[in-house]
Amino acid sequence: MKVNILVNGVVLSVASGTTLASALGACAVRHSVQGQSRAPYCGMGVCFECRVTIDGRPYQRACQVLVHDGMEVRHEG
Amino acid sequence: MRQVSYDLIVIGAGIIGSAVAESCARRGLHVLVLEAGIPAAGTTAAGMGHLVVLDDNPAELALSQDGLRRWQARSVELPSHAEYRACGTLWLASDTAEMDEAERKRALYQQYGLQSQLLTGSVLRQLEPNLSPHLAGALQVPGDAVLYPPVASAWLLAQACHLGAELRRHSPVQALLPQGVQLRDGSELSAGQVVIAAGNASATLLPGLPLKPRKGQLLITDRYPGMVRHQLVELGYIRSAHGGEADSVACNIQPRATGQLLIGSSRQYHDADPAISWPLLQTMLTRACDYLPGLATLQALRSWAGFRPATPDKLPLLGPVPGQTGCWLATGHEGLGITTALASAELLAQMLTNEPTTLDPRPYDPARFGSWQTPPQAVAMELTT
Amino acid sequence: MKAEYCADVVVIGAGPAGMAAAIAADGQGADVLLIDDNPAPGGQIWRGGPDKAPLAAQPRFTALQQSQVWRWHGVRVVAAPVPGKLLLDDGAEGRVLRYGKLIIASGARERLLPFPGWTLPGVCGAGGLQAMVKQGLQVERQRVVLAGSGPLLLASAQTLRKAGAKVLLIAEQARLAQLAHFAWGLRRYPARLQQAAGLFHALRGVPYRSNSHVLAAQGQQRLESVRVRQGERVIELPCDWLGVGYGLVPNTELAAALGCQLQQGAVMVDAMQQTSVPGVYAAGEVTGIGGVDKAWLEGRLAGLAACGAELAAQAMLPERQQALRFSQLLAQHFALQAAITELPRHDTLVCRCEDVLHGRLQAYDNWREAKLQTRCGMGACQGRICGTACQVLYGWQAEPPRPPLQPTPIRHLLHPDISPNLTEASQP
Repeated sequence: MKVNILVNGVVLSVASGTTLASALGACAVRHSVQGQSRAPYCGMGVCFECRVTIDGRPYQRACQVLVHDGMEVRHEG
Repeated sequence: MRQVSYDLIVIGAGIIGSAVAESCARRGLHVLVLEAGIPAAGTTAAGMGHLVVLDDNPAELALSQDGLRRWQARSVELPSHAEYRACGTLWLASDTAEMDEAERKRALYQQYGLQSQLLTGSVLRQLEPNLSPHLAGALQVPGDAVLYPPVASAWLLAQACHLGAELRRHSPVQALLPQGVQLRDGSELSAGQVVIAAGNASATLLPGLPLKPRKGQLLITDRYPGMVRHQLVELGYIRSAHGGEADSVACNIQPRATGQLLIGSSRQYHDADPAISWPLLQTMLTRACDYLPGLATLQALRSWAGFRPATPDKLPLLGPVPGQTGCWLATGHEGLGITTALASAELLAQMLTNEPTTLDPRPYDPARFGSWQTPPQAVAMELTT
Repeated sequence: MKAEYCADVVVIGAGPAGMAAAIAADGQGADVLLIDDNPAPGGQIWRGGPDKAPLAAQPRFTALQQSQVWRWHGVRVVAAPVPGKLLLDDGAEGRVLRYGKLIIASGARERLLPFPGWTLPGVCGAGGLQAMVKQGLQVERQRVVLAGSGPLLLASAQTLRKAGAKVLLIAEQARLAQLAHFAWGLRRYPARLQQAAGLFHALRGVPYRSNSHVLAAQGQQRLESVRVRQGERVIELPCDWLGVGYGLVPNTELAAALGCQLQQGAVMVDAMQQTSVPGVYAAGEVTGIGGVDKAWLEGRLAGLAACGAELAAQAMLPERQQALRFSQLLAQHFALQAAITELPRHDTLVCRCEDVLHGRLQAYDNWREAKLQTRCGMGACQGRICGTACQVLYGWQAEPPRPPLQPTPIRHLLHPDISPNLTEASQP
């Protein structure tokens, strides 16, 4: 089954059961404190590189959250 | 083996010891700094780094004003990662009674040539839109600043070393000797003068010293640039800082250069546990949320506790150790050590080298507590009566 | 007033150790609550839950499902504010949980070490990449290089291959002689040997090189190629993904916060899996890296011991002894070569949260001072990545995280059940 999520205003169709980090792939999702592009790295909730804003809540780890239909994601990438 | 002799040994490489070392090295003294562990990792690392003029009594005001002035003058020299920012302080008034207190403070500051201005509630909301809409107003002190104490402290120490001072880490002092010190490993070092700037540990070298560790807690958030622009302090802060033995908290919120918010403050005697005291952390955070309601939803990254050396009258111990020639004290600054570090160091260096002093040193004279065999509480009572 | 939760036995972590502990304690009639910060049980090895776990693990998921164990997923521990209570974050609210016995089965994370280019998008942990593929990352026809050390590289390669990726190379830093010893040691573990043989069979055609490591990841906006040292040769491989992990390190943060004694980076336990704190048990990778069999056994043991079923627990000791020997085998034969610690250049970042360079950290000789002066370890991960890196690169012992153990909204820290006396006092 597919769900639709909104990433920076763009609709993305993703298989349900996918974590948000897996849905975003190697796409840069945040800028480091010195402005480097960063993408999901550890895949298991440890490194905090995949932090994005989910449904209005900032600093959520994309690798710990499953996508749901209508999920609204904002990131700096 | 030839024993090197120093003009001065400074015990402790926190911000006070580092500043003293720098002031004395600048005067041409051959200085050795002995640090029991690593520099700037004790009380210095537990400080907020708010450079603020406090006015609870004239002596406190004189020292903090002189300290702030010296930081302002040297701010351009500080490395960028010392994060010096002239953000000013907003003393927050929750009601009209506190606005009266703000006005009293303003008038007093004016007498001392310090610029400050009263802000109405609506002006305050324009400056800091995230503050509670129920606040009556504030006193803005634009000259106050913030910095990151561990880096500022290390910078002072590096300056001292440039000027010829030496540093020995992991060198705990076991005992004071006439004209020197004995280290824990048994070795002895000689010096014309010794300054004890070891914070809470000073009392182990001088038993009976009227100094008590006072626990303070801080919490830092993730990065929220622009959420707060000034150091925010409630006007009730002095009641907390200078109150009696009871635990106390005050709203104290600092915008860091990183966009993080550093939240204080708490004061607690009789708790030697370096772990967080949760009930007090909760009252402290609740207090901060009363003033800045949006804080509740921000992500907390880390909280920690530290111990600040407090004297019975809340003024530091700066001057000669009574009855011990060549031995000096520079400690007991409690929550004002960062603000007053440069002022304290200059005053001590002036006394040490027999220069005329910029400030009247008497209010900080360790001898004001008489004999240290007297219980400190008893001394405090004598002072207040 | 928020609800207060309590359970006889609380198990933190729903990987193999935590599942086994919960099932065993449930079997003893205890009221058991199993908590995990991931959306499904299974831990890292059976990530994604029963739907994605191998056939052999299915009976274990079934046992969990058929038990009376309460389960909370997507819930993380943020603090241990007072003895007997945990503060949790369920993603929306704070929860305070009272426990009788606590079993820590917080597992392990990858040992992730800095090298030039390791922060480029497209570079992940080797197990991290595997985890993301298990949870839906599309890698079909994409070119992947895996590198680092240990058996996880093979498991990761298998997952990636199944998902349609082209695995160009597996670069194992250990020397051939070390690997041969490891393979020889495996003869005492027939199941393991069979597993390894199966993996190699599944990976036939994928170059597996010993004495090899990644020198640098290269690319502008994202990963474009990697430079790999293979023995004396240096090769360059264009690729889409690079997964690098140097084995595993135990997640000891919660145990440390509770005051449990650690030894060589793992939680110390007695024969009954009890830590130095009475009533607090630990099982699985958190007590030392040893794989799924050790984890399952230790979990079961801890679950029984926590319920006072000492006799049943004692019967398992010989089996656990055997499993422990396997962890020693792992540690010995995948020991890091010195070249790995020499990979970072002056301008390579070590702390990814605060962007602190190797060149800056080299000026210090201890973690505390480096942290205070450079901000290394002050970011959101609280040194979970860079603390491990600094330990390997510079031999520093990082401090355990300070509360909260994970970033959490301030309002969760204000939960009234943490300090009930305070709440009573402030109520009219």
